[in-house]
Amino acid sequence: MWQNFINELNRTMHEIVGGLGRFLPRFFEMLTLVVIGWLIAWVLRAVVRSVLRITRFDKLSEHTGAASLLRGAELPAPTEMLSRFVFWVAWLGFILVGVNVLGIVGVEQHISNFFGFLPRLFAALFILFFGLLAASFFSRAALLGGVNADLPSPRLVSLALRTMMILFVLSMAFEEIGIGSETVLIAFSLTFGALMLGLALAFGLGGKDLARKYLERRFAREEPPAEHAHDHEDELSPL
Amino acid sequence: MPETSILSDDFIRELINVGEVDILVGVPTYNDGRTVGQVVQAVRAGLLQYFPRERAVIINADGGSRDGTQDLVRAASISDLSVAPDVHALRTLHSISTHYEDGPASGIALRTILAAADLLQAKACAIVAPDSTTLEPLWVERLLRPLLRDGRELVLPVYRRHKFEGLLIRNLVYPMTRSIYRCPVREPYPADFAFSGALGSRFLAQDIWTQEQGRHGTELWLAVSAIVERSKILQCFLGAKTRSETAPADLVKAMRESAGVLFGSLETNFAAWSSPREPLEAPCMACEPTVSLEHSRLNRKRLHQMFAFGVTELEPVFLSILSQPTFDELKRLAKLPEEKFEYKEDLWVRTVYEFASAYHQAVIGRDHIVQALVPLFRGRAHTFLTENRDASADEVEANIESLCKTFERDRPYLLESWQGRK
Repeated sequence: MWQNFINELNRTMHEIVGGLGRFLPRFFEMLTLVVIGWLIAWVLRAVVRSVLRITRFDKLSEHTGAASLLRGAELPAPTEMLSRFVFWVAWLGFILVGVNVLGIVGVEQHISNFFGFLPRLFAALFILFFGLLAASFFSRAALLGGVNADLPSPRLVSLALRTMMILFVLSMAFEEIGIGSETVLIAFSLTFGALMLGLALAFGLGGKDLARKYLERRFAREEPPAEHAHDHEDELSPL
Repeated sequence: MPETSILSDDFIRELINVGEVDILVGVPTYNDGRTVGQVVQAVRAGLLQYFPRERAVIINADGGSRDGTQDLVRAASISDLSVAPDVHALRTLHSISTHYEDGPASGIALRTILAAADLLQAKACAIVAPDSTTLEPLWVERLLRPLLRDGRELVLPVYRRHKFEGLLIRNLVYPMTRSIYRCPVREPYPADFAFSGALGSRFLAQDIWTQEQGRHGTELWLAVSAIVERSKILQCFLGAKTRSETAPADLVKAMRESAGVLFGSLETNFAAWSSPREPLEAPCMACEPTVSLEHSRLNRKRLHQMFAFGVTELEPVFLSILSQPTFDELKRLAKLPEEKFEYKEDLWVRTVYEFASAYHQAVIGRDHIVQALVPLFRGRAHTFLTENRDASADEVEANIESLCKTFERDRPYLLESWQGRK
């Protein structure tokens, strides 16, 4: 009995040592991958940071409004944010590859999902950034156009345009990464539809006289009423 | 023949039939049927009367008019002309009308005329605005003679204008050009001007023709480039310049063509204006008082309202362009009632310089920066109208001179804010 116990113990010890012998090289392989990954991610972060600084990405982000969003949330500047993001994505990728080397059952699928998700994540970020840039540009153009044409409430129009564009961009970005895509799409459709209906009613009911006058002026080319003829003022002559 | 590719085959054929010329007068047009006939007749009269021995050609570059402008030019060119009974051309006076692509754009018309002048090896070239209804034959002589006789390279006009006309020229383009480039040209954005064939070839060789300044505001750009390369410039008094009845008072467009182009030129010519330079003389020939005082009915109240509205509504835009003290001062002004409102010279100059620096640094889209200056210019125009309402011609001139001095005095401020130290 004692001999059996010793034999079992020996066998177990052999298995443990054998297991350790099989595991340790993999573990060191993983550690090496993690360390190399950290180095590569660090270099990548430095490269991305330099490229973004050269291309004045912070200034561009300032234009999109992304920088002020980050400031509001007490987060680092966009250049720092993006370079850190690249660092973590790269390093996490290496860590996952390292974990995969360990051969833990079920992990492979998750790792494969992670790498499958990355392109969509980048596409969503791309859409978000350029969408915000476009929203900022067009809303500012609307604001300046409205002010210079002396239209009523240009800031409101600009804000409405910006909100609509941001909603549209968010719905596209969420759809890209597959998070609540239907919910976001429905929310966007509802908001957009409601806004358009509201505008249609507002213009239709409130601005029908204005619209009639505009159309008459545009297409019928009526002469201005005689009572305004002698109210004529000189126009500013800039050049 | 560096730029013949932009000319159509038919046009080149017509130019070849003309052969080399001494004088070329270019008339850029677009839907100018109401006035162009009169202008072409006056140009022909000027050429026949003052340059009967020179080989001359009139070139009309049209941007696709739909009111028969080109037909009117051709008709005016062949119509009987009675300048004076004893005036006869000793050579054939040619007239050609051509249509350029991608128009209308005054820059493309100018490029077409420059290319034609280069091809015909013209010694002197004049550009005449198609709406210059006050153009007299003498204008042609005054523009061209200094080029042919005195070896001048660029002749710029000086007009007699109403004291409230050309407000953007008087409050921004003239004083800023004068103080930055140190050359006192009264009309840096000329409608009628002339240049030597050699200078025309240098204009044509510039790489601006595919850019925005090669389409609009090109005259200003070329005048500045002639100043920067220290060409021999002369200003000549032409007479009264009437305002075109058809010209829209589109301030945004005017701002793009003038301030936008001027701000853009600062970047290209940074080395020329940032270092100390001797002033460049631009003497004025036959100069007379340039301000006339007829009655004007400009709505100052509306200018004030639009200024105040603009400052309030565009706050987020101004905060990215202007320094905080300048914007605070503008906000304070916007709250004042009209009778107390005064957009003083030094604040206006500081505003313009900060806009020029913001344009250089591209803090937002450059076109947006130029557009944002429009409501502020309305405020400055209000003050200019108020302070000169009852002023004599001399007083108006003194006020413009004072503004020029302020632009000059604050030049270091531009340099500091340009380099981001403000």
